[in-house]
Amino acid sequence: MSRVTEFIFRRRGGRGWHWTDAFTWFWLIGGFVMMFGPAIWLVNSSFKSPAALAEFPPTILPYVTAAATVEGHEKPLPLYEVTQPDGSTKVLAEVRRVGTVAQMVDPAVPGETVRVNIQDRKPVREVAFAVTNYVQPFLSFDFFRYLRNSVFVTVMATIITLLTNSMAAFALSKYNFRGRSFVMLIIIATLMVPLSVILVPLYSAITAMGLSNSLWGVILPTVATPTGVFMLRQYMLTIPDELIDAARMDKASEWQIYWRIILPLTAPALAVLAIFSVVWRWNDFLWPLIVLTRRELFTLQIALNTYAGETNIQWHFLLAMTVVTMIPVVLVFVFLQRFITTGIAGAGLK
Amino acid sequence: MTVSSPRRVLSGAGAILMAPVALVARLLDPPLSALQRVGGTNGMAAFFLLPNMAVFGIFVLFPLVINIIYSMTGGTALFLTDRTFVGAAQYQRLFDCRSYVDPKSCTDDLFWTAVWNTAGFVVVQVVFMVVVALVTALVLNRDLKARSFWRAVFFFPVLLSPVVVGLVWRWILQRQGLLNFGLYELGLTPVNWLVERNWAFAAAVGVSIWAHVGFYALILLAGLQAIPKDLYEAAEMDGTRPARVFWRITLPLLAPNLLVVLVLVLIRAVQIFDEVYVLTGGGPGTATLYLTQYIYEVGFASFLRNPGLASAASILMGAVLIVLTLFQLGIARRNEMRGKR
Repeated sequence: MSRVTEFIFRRRGGRGWHWTDAFTWFWLIGGFVMMFGPAIWLVNSSFKSPAALAEFPPTILPYVTAAATVEGHEKPLPLYEVTQPDGSTKVLAEVRRVGTVAQMVDPAVPGETVRVNIQDRKPVREVAFAVTNYVQPFLSFDFFRYLRNSVFVTVMATIITLLTNSMAAFALSKYNFRGRSFVMLIIIATLMVPLSVILVPLYSAITAMGLSNSLWGVILPTVATPTGVFMLRQYMLTIPDELIDAARMDKASEWQIYWRIILPLTAPALAVLAIFSVVWRWNDFLWPLIVLTRRELFTLQIALNTYAGETNIQWHFLLAMTVVTMIPVVLVFVFLQRFITTGIAGAGLK
Repeated sequence: MTVSSPRRVLSGAGAILMAPVALVARLLDPPLSALQRVGGTNGMAAFFLLPNMAVFGIFVLFPLVINIIYSMTGGTALFLTDRTFVGAAQYQRLFDCRSYVDPKSCTDDLFWTAVWNTAGFVVVQVVFMVVVALVTALVLNRDLKARSFWRAVFFFPVLLSPVVVGLVWRWILQRQGLLNFGLYELGLTPVNWLVERNWAFAAAVGVSIWAHVGFYALILLAGLQAIPKDLYEAAEMDGTRPARVFWRITLPLLAPNLLVVLVLVLIRAVQIFDEVYVLTGGGPGTATLYLTQYIYEVGFASFLRNPGLASAASILMGAVLIVLTLFQLGIARRNEMRGKR
């Protein structure tokens, strides 16, 4: 036994056990549960039927009351495990219930009904994943449209962001012109202006351009990200100027230099900005909330917020759609997370 | 090599997808070359800057200037041309209080409720956020086997959208939710987390920390890893106790990063909106009504829309944020100079 404890408590470097080691593991494992637990509980709950969601205490697995079709009855009847007077149990189907007495029928002998006190029975439960939670919103609600709107906003905004930001970064890193530092100053200044400070005039500008209640009204104000310009500029500064000079000798136009030389060489930084942009635009909330008031234009985030604000929340649909909304971001987390974390650690951007 | 490898298939698919884009780029070349002949090589810089600066100008700088004029107009009309000039009346209304500490004595009681709520939120959230981020960074900086895995664990919620964050926690904190089930199992009385004022406040603070702490922990971790290892080796050789190492080496050398994180957290906390709005909707009553929600509701959502008042409030918030940001840039510059020395 002492060998086992020795193995568990052994530390690298052979030093003694310190309270900070115990604390480290407490923090890491507690953090794991805290950070992933809520999302896992969400996914888990999203597969439960409305009846199972209303249950307290909640179960881990999604249970439903089992039902069976019995001859002579149109609908499937719920099954119960009934304790007989002699102590044995038998599975019966409920025909109807009056007060504390239920009329029940043996599925094997559909002809005769038995009267059972409801205290003598327990529902037969089986595990069933309520996939309808996921299918129904797409069929009866407009969730497919919301999904399409979200994808459109994210893809368009990201493409335009990459294009405009890389062009600006090219100009700011590879040209010497008067006012360059002034332009940089303006870009720094816009870092100080969060959306919440210019909501009203920005909305009136968008409306004046006829872009209120339009997905372009959501996309355009977000594309000139100062962080993107900065990141790309820093990266382009490392590209040797000799390459550009050589291309100019070969009579390449400036546009060709940007397109054929600079962009391919900036690909790693562009990829990081693309990942950021996808997450930013997919998650955007306040601005689309203001611009989009017509239901058919809602993005997923706005639709979720609207459904969550109703007096009778249909949690089973809402939870399933929250999971759907989470999927792209979880994919980014699983496959591309290290690009983001190194991007933040390197440049401190968000 | 007769069978094409998956990589070649992928790059082939990429080439097909990129083909139209490349075509557009090629079509753009003749007119842009003509432009270059007129404007010169350096003149093309203006062309490359134009799209980005146009968006900046129209959607950031112009609204920023207009906002000041907006805050001096009244009425419910949206366009500036339809609005009447009222001077400083909106500001007067915001500041019309018998006592600033008591929102009920103010003409615009909601504004001062939001101000004091935000102030309380900022103080509590910033302290807890920095402490939790620091502890997490210190833990992650230890000699761990799978550091990048654990780092990713704490980073996960940062990527989630505020709406998802709000809904996930609403589901857990609701009356029959997971947390109350935990209390019930422990034999404690369940709490109506989002209905009781103080618990709703605690939930707003806790959820916002949950959602963002990974981001700040990451910055602090980068700072910790930049501390030279030989300092720790020297301390170990001298037999310095770990607590002393922390207070004398780690904390002083991390101070610049801590300050940056502190100001970033402050700036974000002042603007708190999304996840709390989805979580509590500002309630119960006005217990978690914060400034951005006030601006949003006065400007857009309420029946008595008053864009001028929302503008005035947003300018006051913007002033606070600009002071904080200048402070942050100052620190960043100082850190940079220290790095160069």
